[in-house]
Amino acid sequence: MRNHLVLKTIVVSFVVMATNVFGNYALKLGLSSGAGAVLGWAPMPYLRALAQPWVIAGVLLMLGWFISRLMLLSWADLSYVLPVTAFSYVLSALLGATLLREKVASLHWAGIFLITLGTGFTIFTRPGTTPSGDMAK
Amino acid sequence: MKWFLVALVVVPGTIGDVLNSAGMKHQGELSDWSPQGLWRFLVQVSKNWYILVGIPAMALSFFALLALLSSTTLAFAVPATASSYILETAMAQYLLKEKVDWHRWSGSVLVAIGITLLAV
Repeated sequence: MRNHLVLKTIVVSFVVMATNVFGNYALKLGLSSGAGAVLGWAPMPYLRALAQPWVIAGVLLMLGWFISRLMLLSWADLSYVLPVTAFSYVLSALLGATLLREKVASLHWAGIFLITLGTGFTIFTRPGTTPSGDMAK
Repeated sequence: MKWFLVALVVVPGTIGDVLNSAGMKHQGELSDWSPQGLWRFLVQVSKNWYILVGIPAMALSFFALLALLSSTTLAFAVPATASSYILETAMAQYLLKEKVDWHRWSGSVLVAIGITLLAV
């Protein structure tokens, strides 16, 4: 039972992180390739940007991120989910360094180390510490 | 203006996350992973008032972040908003009654500092 909970938590956490990393990447590609400047208070540039294929892919991935995160929150605490899924920052930085050949500064390596340490501190705690399910069938 | 936007990122984002977590605790653990079970899960989520209020709060936070990024630097925006990790952990402990031991507090603080360093 305990092993099943750990496995389920690791798999869904990975899905949360992967959809977040690739969703952000797709949005970045879409917004920087033709959508133009969308940052501001006017709604029309945001709506125009939503027609870009990469932006559509990014939005779908972010929808997947949201749903998988809700799944994870159905048994895991918020104080568990936050530090564990923050590991996506490390994945983003490592993907940038390996796939995009981005240079990683020493301060960034320190940040990667601290986030990994923070995730490590939390991942071995029990995911859920509160009773849940007064609405469950 | 930029601190107003920081508040608009952090406060609704925290409220949204706390509401989503409360909604999912209320709904109960997802245990049926069949397509029908996942569909039932989504239907339940779509009727969950905590989630329905949490989504606009998170959307407001997201658009405020875009506006903040357009008016200031990443090096300011990311550290300023990374504080939400600590605020949300406090909310989880005091509002959601989660047992947040020193491992989790250390995890949240280290992550917030780490994200700040990544933005420098």
